[in-house]
Amino acid sequence: MALVRKEFMALLKDKKSRVVVFVPPILQVLVFGYAATFDLKNIPYAIYNEDNSGISRELEAGFYGSPNFQQISRILRQDEIKPLIDKRQALLVLHIGPQFSRDLTSGRPAIVQIIVDGRNSNTAMLAMNYARTIINGFNNQLRERNGGAGPPAMLEARAWFNPNLESRWFIVPGIVGLLTLVVTVLVTSLSVAREREQGTFDQLLVTPLRPVEILMGKALPGFIIGTAEATVIILVTVFWFKVPLNGSIITLYTGLVLFLFSAIGVGLMISSVSVTQQQGLLGAFLFVVPAIILSGFTTPIANMPHLIQNITLINPMRYFMVVIRGVFLEGTPFSMLLGQFWPMAVIGLCNLVLAGWMFRRRLY
Amino acid sequence: MRLRGLIRKEFLQVLRDPSSIAIAFLMPVFLLLLFGYGVSLDAEHVPIALVAEQHNADTESFASAFRQSRYFDPVIMTNMHDAVEALNSRKVDGIVDLREDFSRGMRNPAGAPIQVIVNGVDANNARLVLGYIEGVWAKWLEGESLANRRELNIPVQVQERVWFNSELRSRNFIVPGLIAIIMTLIGTLLTAMIMAREWERGTMEALMVTPVTIREIILGKLIPYYLLGMGGMILSVAMAIGLFGVPLKGSLWVLFAASSLFLFAALGMGLLISVVARNQFVAGQTAIIATFLPAFILSGFLFDISSMPKPVQVITHAIAARYFIAILQTVFLAGNVWSVILPNAAALLLMAGFFLGLSRRKSRKRLE
Repeated sequence: MALVRKEFMALLKDKKSRVVVFVPPILQVLVFGYAATFDLKNIPYAIYNEDNSGISRELEAGFYGSPNFQQISRILRQDEIKPLIDKRQALLVLHIGPQFSRDLTSGRPAIVQIIVDGRNSNTAMLAMNYARTIINGFNNQLRERNGGAGPPAMLEARAWFNPNLESRWFIVPGIVGLLTLVVTVLVTSLSVAREREQGTFDQLLVTPLRPVEILMGKALPGFIIGTAEATVIILVTVFWFKVPLNGSIITLYTGLVLFLFSAIGVGLMISSVSVTQQQGLLGAFLFVVPAIILSGFTTPIANMPHLIQNITLINPMRYFMVVIRGVFLEGTPFSMLLGQFWPMAVIGLCNLVLAGWMFRRRLY
Repeated sequence: MRLRGLIRKEFLQVLRDPSSIAIAFLMPVFLLLLFGYGVSLDAEHVPIALVAEQHNADTESFASAFRQSRYFDPVIMTNMHDAVEALNSRKVDGIVDLREDFSRGMRNPAGAPIQVIVNGVDANNARLVLGYIEGVWAKWLEGESLANRRELNIPVQVQERVWFNSELRSRNFIVPGLIAIIMTLIGTLLTAMIMAREWERGTMEALMVTPVTIREIILGKLIPYYLLGMGGMILSVAMAIGLFGVPLKGSLWVLFAASSLFLFAALGMGLLISVVARNQFVAGQTAIIATFLPAFILSGFLFDISSMPKPVQVITHAIAARYFIAILQTVFLAGNVWSVILPNAAALLLMAGFFLGLSRRKSRKRLE
């Protein structure tokens, strides 16, 4: 117990260390929570209307009135399109040809051209989907007015668990895992290397403490700090961002405890093999960065090639992402998450055993 | 002369502790391989439950439209109950329900409703899947109208043109973004701990009693790591073009110049962290929190900056990676568009000057 206290003091006695452990995660959840969204608002677009009839103005109004689009200019010549898109002033240009109203009144299909900047393919695809929705609505209006028959079958789409498809509901719970992982792994992975550099680790080894106890002493502070930070971030998620928490808190914390256990295991493992703090930091980086990017935090694991999907099986964050999103949005019960719980426990256990073994080996 | 000695010393240190070389050369290769393949927003073979409550020619033709699409792996079911269960246990990402009266509805003027349900937890993916379902549906409608010689009543039709990335391959914008993130990591990691290390080990004091000036110390640190970083950059660009097939429309020298500017900004930031922290734990923690995470989330790498709330947009201006990513995506996919490159390059120059100047000021030859 005295060892745990000493570890805490070593970590927190320095004011700068205290600040970097606690302040940035809280600030980051706020900033990232707002920043990390795939939803598009105010897509900048330009209109090139060669038709200028009443009916083409009606189509324009559909875009003008949409909260997803923001008109930045009306252009009059074809060669104005390229600079607008090149300079990223407009993401999308709506081109209504001179035949538009004539085609419509004569019953021929009227063609509208949409030009999109594809540099970011995801944004381009979403912007195009929004534009298509507006044009579909316009078609329905026309059909109602002219009394023509619609298509033989229509789609009626709904989204479960997140009816407005707000990507914030998906990302913010993920940030809980992200920040908890970063802080816990960093705190634990540098803990042994620091003592090695200062030479106090040898002193620790000659005390009557057994390696298991030293390991515990190193693990507990990370565990307590991780739990505290995760709790704060969860509170922010629920009360600030108003993400619905549908499942039980016990299930959530079971997942959190196992996730911390595995993260600490990895951190101590890195710590036990690194001689200098620089190596410890490098190890932490080399684990944390892939763990975050390949966890399904932003891009789905299902989109990855099979080989990489198999690699993600040893990534504890992957399981925690499923747990936290399931508990938050779907209200997944405890029993259905067992398949996510045990791999985290196994990963943590393997790493701790390995770390303990490395400690003992270093003695001789 | 003195500067040369310092650079030589720094190089020797790099060679002795191979972790710096690993950061500069192995990390870009490893990360680019892993992420270039791993990070993708293109959903393919999405598992989907297709409920045909009554089996007949119409539902069959609809189902075959789904089977032909490369985006879907449809599982045909006969009742909604099974489909809901599959959705709840995440075996499928969505349900398309053709009700019992689907065929009859098709022959009504009002048309038959098709119920579509997607799992909305991953909202972005759900939206893309909905878009793909719409695509399959539109294609099926076209086929039906051709087969039945019944004209489709779609007054306004959309013709889509996607510039710069006509197949909408997400890899084409993710790989240039990844290069920026990897360079942020390399640049900052390489320098974040070097000054702190000298302070902790007490060798900084030793350096101070020598006649070298602070400027020489900083340059002596900067030049070796700049060379290492550029090596990593060249490796990354070669992989992006050769391995991932990202087209390079702009010129290499623009890429080279922009990378140099960015690298100076990143190294400067690392140096500043290192000078201010004087402690490897704090330096390391700050480096990961202040560089990697913002570069990942606030740089426009995945998340569109113009959709963020205004105050957050203001914050993104402080992230060097933001400017570098704008340049990289443009130079790779669109070409040398000077009106994008110059303002962003100017911002990078400003940041590099700021960080280097500040580290110079903060690291006076003084003991505390």
